[in-house]
Amino acid sequence: MLTLTHLYWLVGAIMALVALLTLLDKAHPRRFRSGLFWLSYAAIFIAGDFMPTALVGALVIGMALLAGLGGLAAGPYQALSEEKQQQSLQRLGKKLFIPALAIPGFTLVLVLVVGQVPALQWFDVKNLTLLSLGVACILAFAIACYLTRESPRQGGLEAKRLLEAIGWAFLLPHLLATLGLLFNQAGVGQIIASLSNDYLQLDSRLAAVTAYALAMAGFTVIMGNAFAAFPVITAGLGIPLLVMQHQANPAVMAAIGMFCGYCGTLLTPMAANFNIVPVALLGLKDQHAVIKAQAPTALLLLLVNIVLLDQLAF
Amino acid sequence: MNYWPLLGIAVVIIGFVLRFNAVLVVICAGMVTGLCAWMPPLALLSALGESFLKTRTLPVILLLPLAIIGLLERHGLKQQAQRFIAGVKGATVGRLLSIYLLARESSAALGLTSLGGHPQMVRPLVAPMAEALAERQHPGLSQAMRDKVKAMAAATDNIGLFFGEDVFVAFGAIVLMHTFLRESGIETNPMHIALWGIPTAIAAFLIHAVRLRRLDHVLAAEQAKLSQTTPEHSEPPAC
Repeated sequence: MLTLTHLYWLVGAIMALVALLTLLDKAHPRRFRSGLFWLSYAAIFIAGDFMPTALVGALVIGMALLAGLGGLAAGPYQALSEEKQQQSLQRLGKKLFIPALAIPGFTLVLVLVVGQVPALQWFDVKNLTLLSLGVACILAFAIACYLTRESPRQGGLEAKRLLEAIGWAFLLPHLLATLGLLFNQAGVGQIIASLSNDYLQLDSRLAAVTAYALAMAGFTVIMGNAFAAFPVITAGLGIPLLVMQHQANPAVMAAIGMFCGYCGTLLTPMAANFNIVPVALLGLKDQHAVIKAQAPTALLLLLVNIVLLDQLAF
Repeated sequence: MNYWPLLGIAVVIIGFVLRFNAVLVVICAGMVTGLCAWMPPLALLSALGESFLKTRTLPVILLLPLAIIGLLERHGLKQQAQRFIAGVKGATVGRLLSIYLLARESSAALGLTSLGGHPQMVRPLVAPMAEALAERQHPGLSQAMRDKVKAMAAATDNIGLFFGEDVFVAFGAIVLMHTFLRESGIETNPMHIALWGIPTAIAAFLIHAVRLRRLDHVLAAEQAKLSQTTPEHSEPPAC
């Protein structure tokens, strides 16, 4: 049966390949630093479960320093000549869409088939979508190699090119999730909850609703993740103020409260995988271009959420 | 109570405001938080390593499609996407992104969150298509406007995903809310949590769709301004 461990091995293998291609590339401007970064990441994916956690922690700090101090740069890349690309385009045409659409397509089929027929037991059901995505990507990669008549090694070079385009932003989402867990261990949530318990006395219903909604959005902006904000703010404000004091319907409060958090997610660079990574992927100049594009929708929706919460929860 | 761990949050805010490299800011915030919670250095390293291992699924989603998308881009996927959308009559940036928003949000609401995403859909397909349409609506598009259209494509993917997925009952967020409320002694029906998300999901679609329509108007207005001001520029400046 496939489990997450196998998926980690696959990812680790790709990272190791990228490290190798970087280290072999004599013309790479940051050959050793980039190579070391990807080698460390690969090691954590492949053998992380067998390493002492303190060693993993030390590797993470090393990677953060490598990435944060400009150790990841783009190496030389041999693009296909204009002429050859035109030939390929002529030959393949709309077929080029097939592998791209095969990723979601195969994922969907696998989720449905393996999810509906439990007797198959191919995948660890807890991680069905992720494992399906993994297998779908392997299949789509095979189709892409076949259609474009390229070698898997070229695939590795392409992964390397895109990873170099993303740069340090690739590490950021993972690092932020780690920080969220560290905040939890250090008890940041409890501190916020106790502070709001001590200092926020809100008697009017609308004020309580507004405080809860804004706190969900605001704390999500800080944490970069509404899931991290929900338990803290709901325990600190939602349950004592809205449910206990004003008899709010907890299901409505939870549903709309979480959405207030999502409005915060749209506004924060801390939600790097949604807001910073696409800036790198699309090559935008302004680091906050995606956040700026989202801000009006997020703020209007936050207002709508306050009204909905006030109207529907009581 | 020890309030010092809040310093970690302060480091994050100051670091982002002063625009230091985000990776360095985050790792510093982690160190500061741990040390302020009086964790011994070795325990802090362990906690860091353990948390990093636990969250390894995050880069997986980002990394896996890259080799495929890279190969296709090498052979002209972006050009093909732009050629394809150019053949669709009546297509505009606003309409394209509205349709994508609808597809993204409704598929996420059915639990199919992997049907979109920045590496596999936005970069190779949606953003180039939007850019090509913007170019058609407004020839001679400025780089700033071009970036704005591409950023809007990424924003549309996020908004569709966020406000769709939470309506799906088996989604992690619903499970999280249900479990948390149960632990706090409040029984809820997960189905109800999902259903009460629907009004916001609809509002999100409407608000963003209106903004996408306005983007078309902005492009049209810029184009009109450009064709008006061009002759003026050729006149010699009055002394």
